[in-house]
Amino acid sequence: MQKFLKSIDKPVAIAFGFIIVLLLAGSLYSSNFLSANYLLQQLQVAAFLGLVASGVMLVILLGHIDLSIPWLVTVGGMMSTAAAGWWGPEWAIPFGVFCGLIFGVINGLGVAILRVPSMIFTLGINAVAQGVMVLHTGGFAPQDHATDLMHWLAVERVVLGIPNAVFIWALLGIVIVVMLKRTPLGRYIYAIGNQEGATYLSGVNTKLVIITCFAISGMCSALAGVLLAGYSNKGYQAMGDPYLLPAIAAVVLGGTHILGGRGSYLGTIAGVILISLLQSILSVMQMPEAGRQIIYGCVIVGMLLVYGRGQKVLG
Amino acid sequence: MKNMKLRISQSQGLLIAITVFVLMFTLYITNHPAGLTVPVATTAANKAVLLALVAMAQTLPVLTGGLDLSVGMIFILTNCLASTIVSGDPLQTAFGIVVVLLVGALAGFVNGAIVVYGRLQPIITTLATGAVYYGIALLIRPVPGGEVQEDLADFMTYTVFDVIPTSLLLLLAVVLIIWLPFRNSVVGRGCYAVGSAEGAAYMSGVSIDRSKLAAYTLSGLLAGVAGLMLTFVTFSGEASASIGGTYTLNSIAAVVIGGTSLYGGAGGAIGSIFGAFILRTIDDLLFVFDLPPLWQPLFQGVVLLSAVSLGAARVFRIKNRLELFN
Repeated sequence: MQKFLKSIDKPVAIAFGFIIVLLLAGSLYSSNFLSANYLLQQLQVAAFLGLVASGVMLVILLGHIDLSIPWLVTVGGMMSTAAAGWWGPEWAIPFGVFCGLIFGVINGLGVAILRVPSMIFTLGINAVAQGVMVLHTGGFAPQDHATDLMHWLAVERVVLGIPNAVFIWALLGIVIVVMLKRTPLGRYIYAIGNQEGATYLSGVNTKLVIITCFAISGMCSALAGVLLAGYSNKGYQAMGDPYLLPAIAAVVLGGTHILGGRGSYLGTIAGVILISLLQSILSVMQMPEAGRQIIYGCVIVGMLLVYGRGQKVLG
Repeated sequence: MKNMKLRISQSQGLLIAITVFVLMFTLYITNHPAGLTVPVATTAANKAVLLALVAMAQTLPVLTGGLDLSVGMIFILTNCLASTIVSGDPLQTAFGIVVVLLVGALAGFVNGAIVVYGRLQPIITTLATGAVYYGIALLIRPVPGGEVQEDLADFMTYTVFDVIPTSLLLLLAVVLIIWLPFRNSVVGRGCYAVGSAEGAAYMSGVSIDRSKLAAYTLSGLLAGVAGLMLTFVTFSGEASASIGGTYTLNSIAAVVIGGTSLYGGAGGAIGSIFGAFILRTIDDLLFVFDLPPLWQPLFQGVVLLSAVSLGAARVFRIKNRLELFN
């Protein structure tokens, strides 16, 4: 127990503390904020962001960034529904995630082999993915209805009223935590984030690690897209647009260093819940969009000023 | 002579960008049904100058090794502000312009202050302040609309002596009055020094804080000029997150295509101008070659991806693999 408490670092503790403060502040406004139903609803919405943020976190741990999230989410949603139309519903989810994997691998190849800065290469892949999706919908009106399984995974609550989407997030989270903590790959990810050159000299196949992380990120985004399509029963263009900035913000608020090498998955969970809760409370309070954006930005800067400050440069 | 060689090798990226732009623009003009007429050039210039100004704004933080994800939002914020206060008699208009530019500079200064004194990473700082600026833009202009002093707007978007597009002159003025003096000043050189080696710059007595603050403030000012110009082009203001986002992302692409290193310390705003011109000409080329509209986004994406991958040529020339990790 004590070991566990020690492993929680300051940013994570503060993020969780802020979640509780948010809930208490919300409950002053309306007692519904503490009801189990509301909280479960929040977790369901947070699960989509959580899936995206899981992949983003791996890439950020490497010291890179993935700006192709918006259209990879869309690719996941639209290709899964299209595959259901082409070959039958059982192909929907595998094909959607597979398309995310393909784009993710291309991201990884560009960053690891061509050494193009990830920020600009993933931006280019985002544009290409958008182009492919526009072409896809334009010519031959593909199926855009989600399959029953997708809808079931995203919306239904089978066990104890907990949404299925939360279980998917939890499953993915466990896989990532085990990978980061218990496998060589996880160690390599942190090592590359700290000193890529040194990791390479230690005999690690750094290229493969980078490609793997971008591939996982692509798959996570596509999976989130698949579930989102199930949630809204439809895959549509630009469905991933609202996920890029919140995902990066969630990862960073959870204490992961934006330049890589440091961070824990627990922090990312805290960041995701924090962002979702903040968005939800502001919308329940019927705060206009303008105020929501301003508060959102101020909270991110304010929290990072508390615990995310860098070192002073001294030679 | 040696000096000349050094200079050329240092501005290789800029020279490539200029060559590519000239080739593309020639291709565009020769295939345009009307050829190179004043209206064609003016329309092309007005569109290109907007992105060029935002790309210049992006260049300054990038030179210091940072990044500004809020340039697009400052651009939108100043556009909304200009659509409310740049109107009326000449005195009011002039006052409005000054306020708009000051607000742009202030927004940049806030970014710089958080990065320098708050010691937060530029990416995440500007991500957050971008949301704030967008919120303020929405407060100013909840629905698209507004107005701008029409004579001035007409003047800025047409031509001088019926030949030269005024917007190009504005861009030239910005380069001559803001960029070149800044680059040659102590503070400007400090930006390059900070970008290539912050620790070494500190040890050499460069005022890191002042250089970074100046870079971000000037970036906000340039984004403000762009926002003002957008108001002249559209005659209105609109708080659109998608326009802001598109300009931010395109500005990064323009900076890279223009030969500025995303790791900081090398490049310049002139390259970014040509980077922006190249991006705009791609769109125009799609138009004259009559590509099916459905294929256009994919084509743009592939061209963008190839353009930014050109820098990868370096990788295949490198002899010592450890250099890859610098």
